[in-house]
Amino acid sequence: MKSLAELAAIREKMKDKVVLREGSGDIRVVVGMATCGIAAGARPVLNRFVEQVSAQGLADKVTVTQTGCIGICQFEPVVEVYEAGKEKVTYVKMTAEKADEVVEKHLKGGKVVAEYTIQA
Amino acid sequence: MKELSLNILDIAQNSIKAGAAHIDVLLDETAETLCLTIRDDGCGMTAEVVRSVTDPFYTTRTTRSVGMGIPLLKLAAEQTGGTFSIESVSEQDDPVRHGTCVQALFNKNHLDFTPLGDVVSTVCTLIQGAPSVDWHFCHTYGEHSAAVDTAEMRQVLGDVPLDSFEVLDWIRQSLLEEYAGFDTQ
Repeated sequence: MKSLAELAAIREKMKDKVVLREGSGDIRVVVGMATCGIAAGARPVLNRFVEQVSAQGLADKVTVTQTGCIGICQFEPVVEVYEAGKEKVTYVKMTAEKADEVVEKHLKGGKVVAEYTIQA
Repeated sequence: MKELSLNILDIAQNSIKAGAAHIDVLLDETAETLCLTIRDDGCGMTAEVVRSVTDPFYTTRTTRSVGMGIPLLKLAAEQTGGTFSIESVSEQDDPVRHGTCVQALFNKNHLDFTPLGDVVSTVCTLIQGAPSVDWHFCHTYGEHSAAVDTAEMRQVLGDVPLDSFEVLDWIRQSLLEEYAGFDTQ
């Protein structure tokens, strides 16, 4: 492993942020990570969400989690977005590039990317 | 699966679902072979269930009745002339020493060997998905090794969560640095 001193530095830097995160999670992004999702390319989709949510400064508001099979394997990779008081949005046949767009327009801008949803 | 690292991601999810507190993901590589071990201290399975998990029509999933995870890994190993084994002790049979160990041996030079692929992403994804598990990943090749031990990291990090982006990125960079020391992949 890299030097653990670097980890200690991360801890110092993140002390204040941790307190903030406690009351967070208005939006929950859930990526299907069962055999079907993984085989269809869910890993890069998940990792892009994790990376972009942080890069766009949305970590206090958005949590990215994994789940098992959602039941619509033919549409994998599937990503669900849950927001309090709103209807669940299901994105299908996702890619890392589409994830960028969802972070930018939906998670940041509040506008659902309709053409990537299951209804489209 | 296009990469063995995706099989690893898939199979290790079973350990998470089994409620494991500690999961080892070990890769032991030589010029000819690759040995994968995934070992957990989860709830384990009864002998009957162990016999049926290599059957694609056995699954714990509730959304459909086909489970391909274990059969796919078994196939990936056996198609290289390698071997596959799964051993498990269920919680009911032994309340203290329960858990499951999956082992697959691959002949790397066989035509049908699936490349390992992006195992660094797999490790980061597993930790992101189950940050409270004690993950121990170790890949050895000759005198080289790349490893992560989240129990050790947690001692330094205190209450900073393992799934925060800064920490995941540190894990990624740390592994990439170690892999850069490997002669060949």
